[in-house]
Amino acid sequence: MATSTDAQLVARCRAGDADAWNELVERFSRYVYAICSQAFRLGPHDAEDVFQDVFARVYANLDTLRDDDAVRPWIGQLTRRLCIDKLRAGRRESPADAADLEPADADETLGSIDEAMTVRAGLDAVGEPCREILDRFFARDESYRAIAGALDIPSGTVASRISRCLAKLRAELEGRS
Amino acid sequence: MTRFDEERIARLLRLLQPPPHGWTEAAQELPLARAAIDSIVARAEADAAFRARLVADLETAVRDAGVEATPSVLASLRLRLGGD
Repeated sequence: MATSTDAQLVARCRAGDADAWNELVERFSRYVYAICSQAFRLGPHDAEDVFQDVFARVYANLDTLRDDDAVRPWIGQLTRRLCIDKLRAGRRESPADAADLEPADADETLGSIDEAMTVRAGLDAVGEPCREILDRFFARDESYRAIAGALDIPSGTVASRISRCLAKLRAELEGRS
Repeated sequence: MTRFDEERIARLLRLLQPPPHGWTEAAQELPLARAAIDSIVARAEADAAFRARLVADLETAVRDAGVEATPSVLASLRLRLGGD
């Protein structure tokens, strides 16, 4: 089945499609987590609070989104704001400007996270079996042995499959740019 | 240099790690928890003492009301009760 665009997914959520919300959370869960943990370096407890708060707000306010295509920047901006609120709440001193609370390289990391989402979309387009093997190796940090066991393939072929899949993904991404 | 050379692709893929176990599933349960959340909000609007208990200790008050106090339920209730 073809993957829905962001706008199609939002429209399905609004129409009450039971599977659409699950898909939306699945699509953006890594994005929100990366902003919390990598751009703002929140600890696990604070990151989970922000993560759940983001999706509670998305669920409550999806009807107010003006441009369905803009759901990703909307979620990104919401996550950023809630991360800053969390950092501000954790300070003992007087309230600080957002710029003082953000890690110095936050903008650069956020830019990379956005690019990473483009790569994930390319990975979805490439499909299986490349999607799973690249995700297991790079994003889940699994060993060749663990991947071979999970996918029931010889351990000696994992590296070459990763290499072939990377080349395939690169071609997909270059075709988009 | 190609914008998406393989080293860069690998580095970007590493940025998007899955959240810890249970976080995504909890957020996905929001529609199922909606009725319970609505009933707690309605009760809080009608019963000042219950609302005060929610404000004082949300997690315990939610549990006492017979609702599972998952992180997503608590986040939704903070949002609804806080009027934020």
